Amino acid sequence: MLKDILEIQSKRAWVLTLLLASIMVIVIPILNVVVPEDSVLHIPEYLIPLLGKFLCYALVALAMDLIWGYTGILSLGHGVFFALGGYAMGMHLMRVMAGEGVYRSELPDFMVFLDWKELPWYWYGFDHFWFTLLMIVLIPGLFAFIFGFFAFRSRIKGVYFSIITQAMTYALMLLFFRNETGFGGNNGLTDFKHILGFSLHEPSTKLGLYITTAIVLLLSYILCRYIVYSKLGRVLTAIRDAESRVMFSGYNPLHYKLFVWTLSAILCGIAGALYVPQVGIINPSEMQPANSIEMAIWVAVGGRGTLVGALLGAGLVNGAKSWFTVAYPDLWLYFLGAIFIATTLFLPKGVVGITNLFNKKIKNGGK
Amino acid sequence: MKYYKNTTIVIILIGLLLQLFAVNVNAAPTTNMELSQALAGLGAKSRKKIINSVKKLGQIGDPAAIPALEALQERKLRADANGRIYIINDDGTSAKEALTGETYTGAIDDLYTPIINNRVRRVIKTVLARLKLKSSDPEVRLLAAKHLAKNPREDASKEIQTALEKETNDEVREALALALALTQIDSPRKDQRLQTIKTIAESGNLKFIPLLKGVLAKDSTGNFIEPDAEVRKAASKAIKAIKRHMLLISTIRNLFYGLSLGSVLLLAALGLAITFGLMGVINMAHGEMLMLGAYSTYIIQEIFKNFLPGLFEWYIIASIPVAFIVPAVVGMILERTIIRHLYGRPLETLLATWGISLMLIQTVRLIFGAQNVEVSNPSWLSGGFQITQGLLLTNNRISIILFAVFVVFLVWLLLNRTPLGLMVRAVTQSRSTASAMGILTSRIDMWTFGLGSGIAGLGGLALSQIGNVGPELGQSYIVDSFMVVVLGGVGKIAGTVFGAFGLGIINKFLEPFTGAVLGKIFVLVFIILFIQKRPQGIFALKGRLADG
Amino acid sequence: MSSLAPESTTQSPKEIHASRRNLLHVEDITVSFDGFKALNNLTLYINEGILHCIIGPNGAGKTTLLDIITGKTKPDKGSVFFGNDIELTKLSEHEISQVGIGRKFQKPTVFENHTLFENLELALNSKKDVWHSLFVKLTSEQRDRVEEVLDIIGLSDKINEQAGLLSHGQKQWLEIGMLLVQEPKLLLLDEPVAGMTPQEIENSITLLNSLAGKHTVVVVEHDMEFVRSIAERVTVLHEGSVLAEGSMDEVQNNPKVIEVYLGE
Repeated sequence: MLKDILEIQSKRAWVLTLLLASIMVIVIPILNVVVPEDSVLHIPEYLIPLLGKFLCYALVALAMDLIWGYTGILSLGHGVFFALGGYAMGMHLMRVMAGEGVYRSELPDFMVFLDWKELPWYWYGFDHFWFTLLMIVLIPGLFAFIFGFFAFRSRIKGVYFSIITQAMTYALMLLFFRNETGFGGNNGLTDFKHILGFSLHEPSTKLGLYITTAIVLLLSYILCRYIVYSKLGRVLTAIRDAESRVMFSGYNPLHYKLFVWTLSAILCGIAGALYVPQVGIINPSEMQPANSIEMAIWVAVGGRGTLVGALLGAGLVNGAKSWFTVAYPDLWLYFLGAIFIATTLFLPKGVVGITNLFNKKIKNGGK
Repeated sequence: MKYYKNTTIVIILIGLLLQLFAVNVNAAPTTNMELSQALAGLGAKSRKKIINSVKKLGQIGDPAAIPALEALQERKLRADANGRIYIINDDGTSAKEALTGETYTGAIDDLYTPIINNRVRRVIKTVLARLKLKSSDPEVRLLAAKHLAKNPREDASKEIQTALEKETNDEVREALALALALTQIDSPRKDQRLQTIKTIAESGNLKFIPLLKGVLAKDSTGNFIEPDAEVRKAASKAIKAIKRHMLLISTIRNLFYGLSLGSVLLLAALGLAITFGLMGVINMAHGEMLMLGAYSTYIIQEIFKNFLPGLFEWYIIASIPVAFIVPAVVGMILERTIIRHLYGRPLETLLATWGISLMLIQTVRLIFGAQNVEVSNPSWLSGGFQITQGLLLTNNRISIILFAVFVVFLVWLLLNRTPLGLMVRAVTQSRSTASAMGILTSRIDMWTFGLGSGIAGLGGLALSQIGNVGPELGQSYIVDSFMVVVLGGVGKIAGTVFGAFGLGIINKFLEPFTGAVLGKIFVLVFIILFIQKRPQGIFALKGRLADG
Repeated sequence: MSSLAPESTTQSPKEIHASRRNLLHVEDITVSFDGFKALNNLTLYINEGILHCIIGPNGAGKTTLLDIITGKTKPDKGSVFFGNDIELTKLSEHEISQVGIGRKFQKPTVFENHTLFENLELALNSKKDVWHSLFVKLTSEQRDRVEEVLDIIGLSDKINEQAGLLSHGQKQWLEIGMLLVQEPKLLLLDEPVAGMTPQEIENSITLLNSLAGKHTVVVVEHDMEFVRSIAERVTVLHEGSVLAEGSMDEVQNNPKVIEVYLGE
């Protein structure tokens, strides 16, 4: 079993993976907690949730790469799965703070505000953590499965599929904006107090959430790497390149697409669930079509079909966003737009493509 | 297109003529003597006498008494020792004789002011209303009719009946009919009640339903207030008839609103269908072409407002070429610089054009601000046809439908009857063959892209007349436009037309039942299920072409 | 189309095995696209173990017929039986592949980003469900089989090259190789020698002749010389129906066929 897992990437890649993972999981927490605040190496407290947020985005990018980079299906609806996972976690956080809200009611504040007398049935169970964990996986997974089943069965492909997923996002965003839907409408869910008994305002909780995210990301990366290494991964790429040949080779593309689509949605949902306690809010704007398209550009910038590229792209674009929106807020959209255009025009293989090209040159030069 | 104004004027003229006639006929049997005697009574010292005189004036029914009655209400009526009455002028220092209008020469302070109380006021109001039914001003008649409907009095029914027969203004007629029904529904005569219910049923007016329900109501002991079963049956039948009528009207209204929404969608999606059909390009910046069209309209409006205020009414006509050309030029530039490098890579095109749309939105936001700008309807586009109660076909929406039909016709002509269209169709069918025959396919791509963007700009112009204009205008329409293209199938104008109108009408029909949001979700589910049955849209291209 | 001229018969017509079972029964198939009848009441039987060629002018419905057999297009009317009890019109593409029908497309379709080895590995006759693919490891027999087929199609030296780098003719061969590892009972080849050099065509002829007997092969082809050198039986399609059927010589001398080909 372990041997099987070790086979999924080269030794060098494993060394690099574990090195990065230990920086994320061990070095950064140490720099935050142990290194004194006046040291240059100290990582300030406010950076921890920000890094955690980036790691969530990186997980989303992995999920996007699986479905788009490897299988060739461009989803413009992954924001929905992210938000669904986030809402599931948000509902749990609302339930465990029952009685501690502004109105001191057993119901979440927004329900009191709307003059609701009892909890809607779909909120039942979210006071249990285990139930919430189940829902974080089930809700995005099931929703993706049903949607995917109908879409893939009718062989909606290429841009058609992209458009349909965009419409899906748009419709769900409108639905969640309504107060009647029961998820806090416009404002969404916010003002969380604690998770599993730990206060969300404590630096140690924040650090804990960050480390959890880093570990989940590492495990997800290994899972994705295993999938693309397996025969299943080769079938996915084959579907991307020549779906009819896959069918005439006896594979049912519907099952393969549905599998990877659902898995991708679940990973996205987990990312959303980790994101919410660190950012402290979930609202329908996460389902804006623009957000989902941005997820695609992370993957494109880094390099499609490489997994590493997805992680890199998520970091690069979001890092740039964090800097731009503070330094030149008016120019950010221009920059983002330019990234979209430049990547598609000049960097079809993304940043990873450049480095590969570079590597090849060195190799060829050496020969 | 001045239907509304013209018809109103004609109605007023007819009304005036009839009014003159009516006054003469009514005034004939009464003498001036009678009128002046009754008027004089208004200046009496006893309130009972005043009331009797007011009632008398009501019976005489001469509108000449209106100023005096109004003056009495407002405590501007005076009487002299001889029983002649005067009305204080607006300046408050002079007065004139109530009937003849002669200026009063004496000191105003010498005159007696009749004292009235609420009981008198009520009577005056009703009598005034009855008299005002004969006014030449439809607004006044309408107010009068509404007053009578609020205070039904059986003795007024005959007058209301007469007024109703002569009335030409629809709105006043409706109010009068309601007033009449209210005075007659409690009539002791059964045939009268049945007749009233029948009239109500024929009117199809929703406002009568509470009245009819009153007929069916029970009192506190559980007995029917209306004793006669036949009348009750007629009333419940009438309710059903009215509801049927209202359903018909709301269906027509939904159809109308759906058609106008569909027209905007059509203009938006037509360009999309052309660029997608021809080049396989999904242009995510297409919504922004709509937005540019709307902002072009806004700019032209501002130019007219500031420099050509005399021609302001016609700014929208001047906007048409601008709203077409600005997005078309932007589209052509984008095609030449960016999109043409991405042919054959539809998903990349989708992302690149999304980047373009972000930049366009931000540019407009920096120039015009993030808030909506105001684009007003010229007066000939406001107003509309009042077909019947609750069914107003507004001019701006009618114009949008006509405009869309006109544009579709032009596009059809362009594609099917011009050399450019021939080349466009050739390139659509086989790029390589067209190229081999000497058609400059890249030039055609550019023109086609310009055409598609320009049509979207016209959609923006249409949209500016019925909705808000803001930097994110395109974003809210792009999803719907794509749905139209998916629903209609790519490559055929007819598919887009059916898709757009179909989607527009479905949307508007769902809205009253589900609200706009759920409506949208239903539409999406519908499209996904529809595609299960017909993957290529309404107008399918089958066989080899479909694989392309 | 001049190669159909009757005087160029050098080879004796191959014997038709009337005693053989039919493997494929196409009966009364009609398909129309927007009112245009691509296939019109087409009835056709394919003998087991035979090399059967289908020819006909452009638009005769040859590719549509393959689409019907492989489930890509559903007929408006009619039925297709594979053997005696599998009704193909009720199955989807991948199920049809699993019952033992392989198809080569007109335009070579291989997995361009996979190596030749991976291309053949994916085509191998094995379990094809998702879970299996997630955990399966290649057995040494399967590995041998892949290498054997690579040898047959003459591409052994390119085993770890990406398929996208192959020449047009080599892709055609690879695609045929992918069909071979599938071990189908029925092979459908749509213009298998289009774009090949004469040498490559020569090799194809040898290969196809060696397949006949073990497999049933249906070839749709334009190249008449090629058809003559392989076909045991020929069906001529015209406007969606069978115009003539028989040995190459019989078909070539059929006045109706001559009229259709030369009259145009």
